[in-house]
Amino acid sequence: MLLEISGLTASYGPVQALFGVDLAVAEGEMLALLGRNGMGKTTTIRALFGLTPASGGRVSFAGREIARLAPHRIAQLGLGLVPEGRRCFPNLTVEENLVVAARPGRWTQASVAELFPRLAERRRQLARTLSGGEQQMLAIGRALMTNPQLLVLDEATEGLAPIIRQDIWAALRALKSGGQAIIVVDKSLSELLPVADRCTILEKGTSVWTGKAGELSPQLQDRYLGV
Amino acid sequence: MITRERLVEITLVLLLAAVPIAAQLLNEPFYLTLATRVAILGLAAVGLNIALGLGGLVSFGHAAFFGVGGYVAGVLAIHAFNGTPMLLGLPGTKLMPFIWIVAILVSGLVALGIGALTLRTSGVYFIMITLAFAQMIYYFAISWPAYGGEDGLSFYVRNGFPGVDTLKPLPFLLICYALLALGLILFQVLRKSRFGAALQGARQNEVRVAATGISPYRIRLVAFVIWAMITGVAGALYADLNRFVSPAMLSWHMSGELIVLIVLGGVGRRFGPVVGAGLYVLLEYWLGGITERWQLFLGLMLLGVVLFARGGLIGLLAGKPRHG
Repeated sequence: MLLEISGLTASYGPVQALFGVDLAVAEGEMLALLGRNGMGKTTTIRALFGLTPASGGRVSFAGREIARLAPHRIAQLGLGLVPEGRRCFPNLTVEENLVVAARPGRWTQASVAELFPRLAERRRQLARTLSGGEQQMLAIGRALMTNPQLLVLDEATEGLAPIIRQDIWAALRALKSGGQAIIVVDKSLSELLPVADRCTILEKGTSVWTGKAGELSPQLQDRYLGV
Repeated sequence: MITRERLVEITLVLLLAAVPIAAQLLNEPFYLTLATRVAILGLAAVGLNIALGLGGLVSFGHAAFFGVGGYVAGVLAIHAFNGTPMLLGLPGTKLMPFIWIVAILVSGLVALGIGALTLRTSGVYFIMITLAFAQMIYYFAISWPAYGGEDGLSFYVRNGFPGVDTLKPLPFLLICYALLALGLILFQVLRKSRFGAALQGARQNEVRVAATGISPYRIRLVAFVIWAMITGVAGALYADLNRFVSPAMLSWHMSGELIVLIVLGGVGRRFGPVVGAGLYVLLEYWLGGITERWQLFLGLMLLGVVLFARGGLIGLLAGKPRHG
């Protein structure tokens, strides 16, 4: 396994948010991290990246224990994050946003431009002047520039227009067929499930179900994901 | 296409170049001294512009590096003048390039130590702890009688530069212009570099920078050290301009002046430090000639800039910055 999380717990001050999360991602696999709002998806991702310190449990990435490392060390080891809410550097240009993140590997400005041609057209524009969809493409491009072994997207398409969502999903499918391991959080099951290999469902800070994407029955969906 | 900001910059360069000519024509050699002050304060502010403008590091301790640079020049010159050895038996020197290198190294080392500790804090704590370190160095200088203590250190002959008569105002001014130009070029190169992008990124959002595998702490520490090095050179020049160095160069007034100056000029703008230094020196000269309380008017002007012209004078003249 590329990534193995077991018994992960984390708190925001006195409030415990994760009570034991287990999940695993293999090389080249896409894992969908599911659950209703407030069930711990974002906290799991934050704890994985060291942004919210894990209070217990193990996080093993490429055979290394990473649970106590600083965020930049974790990123250096090959974890790429696309944070919730299309977080670019608003006052840097598209090019600068990409260059900042660059680490040696197959992803370069040129290959990111191939994946997202719209970014190439807006190379010299400030990130804050981009549309929401373009900012999300930039956030994905920036994460790819670190040449991650595992790409993690928190809310991959939230709040984007349908036509842009299609572009993002197409890009993610292309990444997956290129062998990229991915964890993705998204609300749109109809778009997510056909692409994902496996799913892990979180409820109240605990992983309650893990299985193949095709085995996620309507009953399960209703029980854990319905509103 | 030529932008408004570029136009303003070209005008400024021409103005600076016109000062020596005007001084010659009007037979007012004092103008040269004023321009030299502008160049030196401008250079110190360029250093600050890297840390404050790009990195968002508000500190109250940069006078420490300005003063350290000044004392390096003073101490080396005094030992060379008296022919006495310094610490470890090393000789002094009166050679400017050598003094600059020593000033860069010493300021850089001091900044590495101070930065490594202070950059673990942020916001008001960072301001206060940098101030505390600067005051420590200030009181150290005051209580060090070997180098003048409270009275400071006078050296009678300005340090030399190979092939240049530095005692004449014009050649010294040109040396200061050259170093200011180098400082501005360095600022531009840094701003355009990956390092500059990461530094600005760390100002905008630390977590996002960390998530790209860059340690915000290390980036800031490097910026802090570069800033100190530039400020140190400016301090050495300032000591040479006055042929005098005193604890006043290390005091928090000096840190305040540099911040005021860069806010007046335009934080984060390439020529902000130059405009600020020019304005500051002119006000000091003109208003200072009219009233002793010229800083009241400076204060009013600062208030005006903060309230109505967020981009400083450069912002007022050249419009919004590309980098916000």
